[in-house]
Amino acid sequence: MVYLTRKLEFSASHLYHNPALSAEENRRVFGKCNNPHGHGHNYTLEVTIAGEPDPVTGMVLDLKELKEILDSEITQRMDHRFLNYEVAELKDQIPTCENVARVIWNLLEDKIPQGHLHRVRLYESADLFADCYRYGAKGAA
Amino acid sequence: MAQPVHVELGRRYHFAASHRLHSGKLSEQENDRIYGKCNNPYGHGHNYTVEVRFSGSIDPATGMIANLADLDTFVNERVIEPFDHRSLQDEVPAFREAVPTTENLCIEIFQRLKTFPRAKLEAVRVVETSNNSFEYAGN
Repeated sequence: MVYLTRKLEFSASHLYHNPALSAEENRRVFGKCNNPHGHGHNYTLEVTIAGEPDPVTGMVLDLKELKEILDSEITQRMDHRFLNYEVAELKDQIPTCENVARVIWNLLEDKIPQGHLHRVRLYESADLFADCYRYGAKGAA
Repeated sequence: MAQPVHVELGRRYHFAASHRLHSGKLSEQENDRIYGKCNNPYGHGHNYTVEVRFSGSIDPATGMIANLADLDTFVNERVIEPFDHRSLQDEVPAFREAVPTTENLCIEIFQRLKTFPRAKLEAVRVVETSNNSFEYAGN
């Protein structure tokens, strides 16, 4: 098995607010992230595909194809967007790093034409990230 | 959502500390041979990065595996405060016996963080320099 990782960056804004909680509770739980005007990040996404290299092309998956999938599924959907209001998949979810990573996993998992999606790692900053794996499939990095 | 997804929250912390690699079980010559420059009796230091990864279910009310403020407080109290700007073998009890290699540092940090009540500690990775990093997953 070979693991191929492609990286991309996008910038987006978000805010954390749960309408089921009081204003005070929202501020206590989410702190600065509860600012009603939102704030933004430069996100870095690493997508890892696992598979065997094709005997003819030597590739696990053609990077051009992966780039196109990532562009149409992720960049066009999320880059320079307000995640709470403009990404339908995040409707009614708090757009934390964990939830955004999970949405990205669900958007990509069935669209990988060769090999399979092994890991999605989403950095919200250099010191905060979330990883997604298929349940029970966590193995080599 | 078709298949359930395993999600982990990763967080990085930073501290600076000095250490000296020296084993009381070895002779002076053996220490010098094995540890080389790292055996310098006055010690030396690094800027360490500690990466921790926790798994758990995402709380639908908060969208979080663990509240970052809770996690940061826990890690700061147990690892960053006692290690930052310290001499590891002189000021961290575990390293009076164990040699403060980054392998042993990973294990010590794992032991200190595995009781975090809100999520399961999956792994600790310690970056000693941009060329060396070590990871321990508790087994």
